[in-house]
Amino acid sequence: MARILISLIAGALFGGGLIVSDMVNPARVLAFLDIFGDWDPTLAFVMGGAIVPSALAYAFSKKLSRPLIEERFFVPANRTIDLKLVTGALIFGAGWGLVGYCPGPAIAGLVFGDWQPFVFVASMLAGMWLYRMSSAFLDSKRSFA
Amino acid sequence: MSPISPLDPLFALGGGLLIGFAAALLLIFSGRIAGISGIVARATGISNSGMPVGQALAFIVGLPVGAVVFGSWMRSPEIAVTSSVPLLITAGLLVGFGTRMGNGCTSGHGVCGVSRLSPRSLVATASFIFTGFAAVAASRFVTGA
Repeated sequence: MARILISLIAGALFGGGLIVSDMVNPARVLAFLDIFGDWDPTLAFVMGGAIVPSALAYAFSKKLSRPLIEERFFVPANRTIDLKLVTGALIFGAGWGLVGYCPGPAIAGLVFGDWQPFVFVASMLAGMWLYRMSSAFLDSKRSFA
Repeated sequence: MSPISPLDPLFALGGGLLIGFAAALLLIFSGRIAGISGIVARATGISNSGMPVGQALAFIVGLPVGAVVFGSWMRSPEIAVTSSVPLLITAGLLVGFGTRMGNGCTSGHGVCGVSRLSPRSLVATASFIFTGFAAVAASRFVTGA
């Protein structure tokens, strides 16, 4: 129960941060990505502001033997840079730059009136599912080969 | 692309701090990374790994709840999504597919991963910002703006 509550609070603070910093507004994100136009630095400030507490928490977590309400830390240990990572990130960025939505702002934006974030989120889930299907298909081919 | 009115950098930094604090809370209490694409995939059953489904769902519900609470308290957003439906669908598919393939998005790689100087996240973040810039530049070129 405590873990669910922490998740809810963390999600709410995250959503609050997205609204305060105007990251729920795709036009704001696109203005940051528009280096040949009227460049808007907001996203850089948001990233900078977010990294400070997050980095401090990470440094602090190394001094803890375990999290406060969980048995262990689930921090990714993978340090291998492979083609899958880079290709995936490049594909994500292309979609991000097309309309200015990434997953968090699109979901937080669902409650602000319009139908556009619903179309985006539904398509995003379809994209996630397509990746899962395609990687399962490739894995099965590999195991037969 | 229509110019956007500048946002007070204090809002950008403040929103960023909230996002970073959310990530810090989740790490210190539950030992988890606040990576929204992974949490979404988990909450919808598209992924079988990650935090327990209940915690993932709570985080996803928290996003819009926090957005509404902070939105009514601090600033209400003026959201302009001008993208057409085909563009929203294309972008959604790319974002969904790419974030699963690359194991993360702006939150998991861009905030949490960069905070702990994960080499994978640094490369992923540079990659998606690069194609984000490129997509906006390409849209500019196509629309002749």
